[in-house]
Amino acid sequence: MNEIMITTEKLTKKFGEFTAVDQISFDVHKGEIFGFLGANGAGKTTAMRMLCGLLLPTSGKATVAGYDVYRQNEKIKRNIGYMSQKFSLYEDLTVKENMKFYGGIYGKSDAYIKQKTSFILDQLHLNSEANKLVKSIPLGWKQKLAFSVAIFHEPGIVFLDEPTGGVDPVTRRDFWKLIYEAADTGITIFVTTHYMDEAEYCNRVCIMVDGRIEALDSPGQLIKTYNAQSMDDVFLKLARKAVRVDD
Amino acid sequence: MKQFIVFIKKEFHHIFRDKRTLFILLVMPVVQIIIFGFALTNEVKNSKIAVLDISKDAGSQSLIAEIDASKYFELEKNLYSYKQIDEEFRKGSARLVMVIPRNFNEDLLHFNKATVQLIADASDPNVANTLTNYASAIIRDYQKRITDNHNLPYTITPEIKMLYNPQLNGAFNFVPGVMAMVLLLICTLMTAITIVKEKEMGTMEILLVSPLRPQMVVLAKAVPYLALSIVNIVSILLLSVNVLEVPVNGSLVLLLLESILFTLMSLSLGLLISSASESQQSAMFISLVALFLPTVMLSGFMFPIENMPLTLQLISNIIPAKWYYNIVRAVMIKGIGIRAVWKETLILAGMTFLFLAIAIKRFKIRLA
Repeated sequence: MNEIMITTEKLTKKFGEFTAVDQISFDVHKGEIFGFLGANGAGKTTAMRMLCGLLLPTSGKATVAGYDVYRQNEKIKRNIGYMSQKFSLYEDLTVKENMKFYGGIYGKSDAYIKQKTSFILDQLHLNSEANKLVKSIPLGWKQKLAFSVAIFHEPGIVFLDEPTGGVDPVTRRDFWKLIYEAADTGITIFVTTHYMDEAEYCNRVCIMVDGRIEALDSPGQLIKTYNAQSMDDVFLKLARKAVRVDD
Repeated sequence: MKQFIVFIKKEFHHIFRDKRTLFILLVMPVVQIIIFGFALTNEVKNSKIAVLDISKDAGSQSLIAEIDASKYFELEKNLYSYKQIDEEFRKGSARLVMVIPRNFNEDLLHFNKATVQLIADASDPNVANTLTNYASAIIRDYQKRITDNHNLPYTITPEIKMLYNPQLNGAFNFVPGVMAMVLLLICTLMTAITIVKEKEMGTMEILLVSPLRPQMVVLAKAVPYLALSIVNIVSILLLSVNVLEVPVNGSLVLLLLESILFTLMSLSLGLLISSASESQQSAMFISLVALFLPTVMLSGFMFPIENMPLTLQLISNIIPAKWYYNIVRAVMIKGIGIRAVWKETLILAGMTFLFLAIAIKRFKIRLA
């Protein structure tokens, strides 16, 4: 657990006068499930986009999988997976074709794609749906499939941007099972969320308020420190300090 | 390279799975060519003409017979008074009235000078113009025949020759225009939409996070539509040669190359539009309103540019279709070669390069 996968030091992003992310510093270890919490507009998506190479930071340092976010953008991209809140799959492609496509753009061999595809279909019990268009399968399955596609190329780190939006609690728990399975294989999970029950599934959580890191610890420790009943409580206590409203 | 092929395959899946759009893309050009070629011809055939023959002599009778015999006119009615003329036009039963005054034959033969009055319904000025031209031509022919018989020493007969398109076949004008429109529509609109769709679905983010280079995404999006456009170019050309009897007088290879150049220009324009719009509606709106309308109006295909006010003439220079339209007319109808169209070709190539450069640059900026 000691290998560091992500490290940031005073990472800052300004859009003109507005400081979206204000000098955040943290480390994420290999195989860890790292939760990134915050109200809307707290800056969590901006922070994540900088780590994924979608945005250039204004100042500060950050490395992802050992590569520098300013200079080694291309190398970072090969080593991460990403799943957005829209479960971005191609609706007019079949389940299999989606996997083939994502495997293909990461430059994986046909043999790898074939073997990995059948593994995922078994794991998700999706064999009967393999040749159906994605638009015809239920939301819960789409979400699990989107996650499996994000780690299809076996990246060291996977970034999940509010991955459980719009699905019911039972499906959400199933989904977290998948996340644990992935973490067990050594994949580092970086997840943003605003569901507090999910925060409790994380190894450590980092709570952002107005672009700054307000608290960073394991859920149990946070509850103790803030003398709270639950993560919900912790979050409310911290989020009340926010000056910024929404994005 | 493998990534590129995987991507193109995916694009073809999108195109072939959307059967309705595919159908429109392939059938629309055919339908347009047929509509423009047959229905929207600006030739005027079998127009109704009424005649007020006051003279009623051998000369007037043979002139009327001449008019009636031509394929352009059909003798609708013989009128008996001037008052009836107005009535005919109001009823709309005649588009043209010919008045032959008293002593027509005598004036013609003895004084060598006779008049015929042509009155046209100019509520549609183009038709009126065409009809009077046709009628004048018939009258001139008639006159020529008579003077030939009498061997008059001094007659001036204007001889008009319609170069390149002797039958004034309307399709000669429409085929180049439709080619420009179809290519522009398919390439620009469809590429713009397909990229914006990825933005809307959120898949664009995934692509940007992946090791795919942005340029590769942009190019792979364009390839399938290039292929589709080539199919359309070929089908339009086959139709126009075989059905509309518009010949390809110049080099077919040159025509195809120029069409591909125009296609590339349209594709880059589509990419540019997609980088400026966030939703499919706005992409469609920009393509149709800001691009398609000016193309129809200012490319010279519907309205002659020479007749426009100077400002519009200047603006027409930034309409890519204008240059392509000139090229196609030159190569296809006039049968001239690259030496006559190198300027247009350079302009199109320059536009392609410019649009593509801006599109790729903007695409990159969004990453930073």
